[in-house]
Amino acid sequence: MISANLPALQVIIPLLAAPLAFLLRKPRLVWPFALLTTVLTLLVSIGLLQQVLDQGVISYAMGGWSPPWGIEYRVDSANAFVALIVSAMGAIVMFYAGTSIRHELPEHKQTLFHVAYLLCLAGLLGIVVTGDAFNVFVFLEVSSLSTYIMVSLGANRRALTATFQYLIMGTLGATFILIGVGLMYVMTGTLNMVDLAQRLPEVAETRTIYSAFAFVTVGVCLKLALFPLHGWLPNAYAYAPSVATAFVASTATKVAIYVLLRFVLTIFGVTFSFNTMPLGQILMVLAILAILIPSTVAIYQTNIKRLFAYSSVGQVGYIILGISFGTVLGVSAGLLHIFNHALMKGGIFLALGCLYYRTGSVQLDAFRGLGKTMPWTMAAIVVGGLGLVGVPLTAGFISKWYLVMAALEQGYWPLAVVVLAGSLLAAVYLWKLVEMAYFQQPDNATEVREAPLALLLPTWLVIASTIYFGINTDLTIGVATLAAETLIEGVR
Amino acid sequence: MVLGLYNYWIVVLLMMTGFYIVIAHGNLIKKVVGLNIFQTSVIIMYVSMGKVRDGAPPILTDGVTLYSNPLPHVLMLTAIVVGVATTALALSLVIRINEAYGSVEEEDIHTQEQSS
Repeated sequence: MISANLPALQVIIPLLAAPLAFLLRKPRLVWPFALLTTVLTLLVSIGLLQQVLDQGVISYAMGGWSPPWGIEYRVDSANAFVALIVSAMGAIVMFYAGTSIRHELPEHKQTLFHVAYLLCLAGLLGIVVTGDAFNVFVFLEVSSLSTYIMVSLGANRRALTATFQYLIMGTLGATFILIGVGLMYVMTGTLNMVDLAQRLPEVAETRTIYSAFAFVTVGVCLKLALFPLHGWLPNAYAYAPSVATAFVASTATKVAIYVLLRFVLTIFGVTFSFNTMPLGQILMVLAILAILIPSTVAIYQTNIKRLFAYSSVGQVGYIILGISFGTVLGVSAGLLHIFNHALMKGGIFLALGCLYYRTGSVQLDAFRGLGKTMPWTMAAIVVGGLGLVGVPLTAGFISKWYLVMAALEQGYWPLAVVVLAGSLLAAVYLWKLVEMAYFQQPDNATEVREAPLALLLPTWLVIASTIYFGINTDLTIGVATLAAETLIEGVR
Repeated sequence: MVLGLYNYWIVVLLMMTGFYIVIAHGNLIKKVVGLNIFQTSVIIMYVSMGKVRDGAPPILTDGVTLYSNPLPHVLMLTAIVVGVATTALALSLVIRINEAYGSVEEEDIHTQEQSS
């Protein structure tokens, strides 16, 4: 009974828990309740991935209305994989949130934060499991609106202006997607993704579908912060509460990338996207710029959350570079990096939250002598950072290795140089922190202790998993390759 | 041909008006209104594409075989709700920004951030 309804439960559990959490009101009750919800959601995701790997694609008719008339939830290996990433990070970050939020937010805002968090989780998972193009838009707005709330709760007043900018850009992006979906509907008369994929080729050579493709791609690229559409991201990440940054950085852009993959590969199809439309070339150029320029900008940042936000834009570049090849190897390298980057960046932002908890600052100065005063926190940042650089034995190395292989498979050897240059830039900004933390003496005026275990434990759980997945790659590579094949071959 | 598609011309005109306001105006309230106009244009686009020529309103009636398509209208109910929620959130943010900076003009806020 339960196992047959997993696709619906994946969304409904956090969606229903959000208003219930609001009714509980007292932060002391809300956090355990929210934690329980996220753990249940994680269990559902694990169950879903297991089911998909055992039995193949799950098609779930929402409310008993059979597709293509009703809304279909369709889970295959690609979205089960992404759903697992989202709900795993959702549960771990929620565990961390208990201590961090109590410290960072005034009491009357804590409940609201948890409610927004659960809604965001529901929205993200909804985007991932749904098989209906319009449903994607609705869940995208659910997750975006709740993300705006979380970001705006940041302590600095700049969080407000950052949120406003994010809201404007995010709404423009979502509306672009809505326009694209509308143009697709007017040509095919359907919103179901499988149905769309079957009916689009007939009408593909029309200006309406060309513009639908352009609107959807640009809209999604705004959401996933592809250079040069990343303007909203650095400030939003820098001024949001630590928990919100860690959660949003490791899930929201990743889900947007999944949406891009789903639309471009499954619905429009590889032939249309990469041969009829010049998507491959456009994405490749933007990806190269994204790897080089924001990583360079990151070096000059003194706010370290902002530094890693720029680094995120660069890392999105790697993922998009893999996708731009339009091959199974390229897309699986992209998917692999979605997973690995979610872990690495999530772990780093959690560690920065530990630093903020003790020092109340994430400026470069706060790192002075941190190697002595907060050895575990600093070690987490270094290990995560080494992953961003792509040092062997970290998860980042595996995805970059696959990315270079995918580039060489196409004969694009200069791209290997770009990937290497990006790694060097990452090494430069990481070194800035290492130098400050290990080669400078701590200020004696302020006594800084190591962060509490309730924060260190989830941080290190994430960081340790980046090493685990850097050594034992069977699971991630296997699922990523399977997912890439599913996306590319799609329903045809 | 061109005039026959006048509904789409209206959509494009509204869309670009809204988009221009969002980009060009420094007043945050005006930006929100521009965003609203932008979203409204999409609602008109969906609603007008649901119309079937000579189609009756989609209510089952004896002797009528051709109906307009109700689905885009239903979709737009959802989009309107989303638009209302976005506007409400944006305006409440503007209130908070006004409390924190004492201004809703982008330039004022920018100079305050530079000097602080």
